[in-house]
Amino acid sequence: MRNFVNQKRMEIAVSSVFLLMIVIFICGNPSVFLNYRLYMAVFTTLPILIFLSTSLVFVIANGEIDLSFPALIGISAWAFASTVKAGINPFLALIIGIIVGSFGGLINGLMIANLGISSLILTLGMNFLLRGLIMIGTNGHGITLAFLRNTKFFEVFLGKIGKFPLLMLWAAGFIIFVWLLFYRHKFGGNVCYVGNNIISSREMGIDIKRVKTLAFVLVGASSGFVGGMLCLINNQFYPNTGDGYLLIALTAVFLGGTPTKGGVGTIFGAIIGAFILGFLETGIIGIGLSGFYTKFFFGLILILALISHRIYKTK
Amino acid sequence: MEEKKNFLLQAIGIKKSFGSIIALEEVNLEIGHNEIVGLVGDNGAGKSTLIKILTGVYSADRGELYWKGQKIDKLTVNLARGLGIVTVFQDRALVSQHPIWRNVFMGKELANRFGFINIRKEKEETMRLLKEMMGFTSASISSPDTIVGNMSGGEQQGIAISRALYFEAPLIILDEPTTGLSLTESQKVINFVRNIKKEKKSCIFITHNLFHVYPVADRIVIIDRGKIVEDLIKDKITLKELEERMIKVTGTNAMRAKNADKFLLNN
Ligand SMILES: Nc1ncnc2c1ncn2[C@@H]1O[C@H](COP(=O)(O)OP(=O)(O)OP(=O)(O)O)[C@@H](O)[C@H]1O
Ligand SMILES: [Mg+2]
Repeated sequence: MRNFVNQKRMEIAVSSVFLLMIVIFICGNPSVFLNYRLYMAVFTTLPILIFLSTSLVFVIANGEIDLSFPALIGISAWAFASTVKAGINPFLALIIGIIVGSFGGLINGLMIANLGISSLILTLGMNFLLRGLIMIGTNGHGITLAFLRNTKFFEVFLGKIGKFPLLMLWAAGFIIFVWLLFYRHKFGGNVCYVGNNIISSREMGIDIKRVKTLAFVLVGASSGFVGGMLCLINNQFYPNTGDGYLLIALTAVFLGGTPTKGGVGTIFGAIIGAFILGFLETGIIGIGLSGFYTKFFFGLILILALISHRIYKTK
Repeated sequence: MEEKKNFLLQAIGIKKSFGSIIALEEVNLEIGHNEIVGLVGDNGAGKSTLIKILTGVYSADRGELYWKGQKIDKLTVNLARGLGIVTVFQDRALVSQHPIWRNVFMGKELANRFGFINIRKEKEETMRLLKEMMGFTSASISSPDTIVGNMSGGEQQGIAISRALYFEAPLIILDEPTTGLSLTESQKVINFVRNIKKEKKSCIFITHNLFHVYPVADRIVIIDRGKIVEDLIKDKITLKELEERMIKVTGTNAMRAKNADKFLLNN
């Protein structure tokens, strides 16, 4: 037990922050926070954040960063929306969206792994480039997808079982997948080893280029799925789809305790990070503060978390 | 050419340069079956570069490699390991943020065919390895979950060496395994090398310390500025003679070192 507490110090710390936050919110306004409708609101945005933050853990543990995923969301949303609009089965369209996202990730990964260029700068450029491409291609116009409402496709992703939203179940499934991949599969280990020490990894026969590339493909694939979901949630494809997620998804990763320098990462932390951010926004409004406080609290909690990770680590 | 079969590993005409630096030129080296070869030479002589070519980390610019008489076209780290060459690299090749068990099986996990790791088995094997191979007594390494970066330099070296020995291989390469180790720890390493000989395996033992390599080696190879300058049968040379040859080869450097010592003494 003692050993467990010692090993999971960071995870326990970040979970306590989350629980404390919920308690404060419930005390602040019991009627809103014990009302299930609030949770329903959270449970449509939370899964999106979970998809993004958990897959970003791979790239960051690998010692790289991906700033292009908002544009990958955008471009796969565009692919999804235009193929659905053209009369293609939405399930197939979603797969096309995921393929488009993965392909974008593949290009990122191949360039970073083979040319040895900075992922920070490349993906920054890619984010502008792809977003620009969407703007040029759509001329800034969106695509309405209201006809998807109440279809089978809609029910599968945004429907409910009883009162429980299905998208949360999809996110739960994805969590199991990335958890196995990160902690139980050779790939997750290799991602971390390369991030920890690239020379050691080469000497031990790890295919560094392949590992790096696949980490970016994973982010691309989950961005692709998110692109489709955002179209469905909004009933519409907007040319700026995905733009708002850059900072918040990365905040969730770092809030959870994954360090910026690579080598290790925590999937659990990224999930709790997503929970904190998902509830914070709704909670702030719930206890009667104006929405203007949201960003202030995001920043405050991130900085406090950073300091607490530091303290826990040096202990 | 038929003679190649008599060697475990043979390198012919190896050349390697890094940009304008010629690290190796026309290096020929054979390792026999059940032979311990000491590879000695000055800093920057090309020892590590040579063994990195023999283990597939670098590819040679020119030259040929033969394993048990078979020509190897493109040697990779995984191929070398598959053939039976394991290496303790000079930098130890560990990942410091990870536990011992992860380090032991890094790059050759006990996994099923879908790539999922058998964590329990890996930890058990690590535990066994720690007990049997190193005889560790220190409390800090009683658990396979100990983070390698928190261990002492000697302990880390111990992990790197036991990891190599865990994967039973006919050729074990040790690149300066005794550097930074205490007297007793160095003695342990030397005993390991003796065991390699007893177990009918071969070994390339790189070191700066002739006292470490002389007692265990069958042959001593001296490399200088990318060339092999001496290839000596140990039984035909005394330690004293070996020291003299070594000083002759790396003469200027040794002189410089002596002067530095004098300088230190006088000040
Ligand atoms: N990756 C590299 N890039 C550029 N130069 C290199 C590289 N590796 C080795 N060298 C150069 O090749 C030469 C031989 O280096 P090497 O590491 O093989 O020497 P060594 O005999 O192992 O020395 P030491 O006893 O210090 O370990 C040196 O001049 C070194 O600077
Ligand atoms: Mg060396």
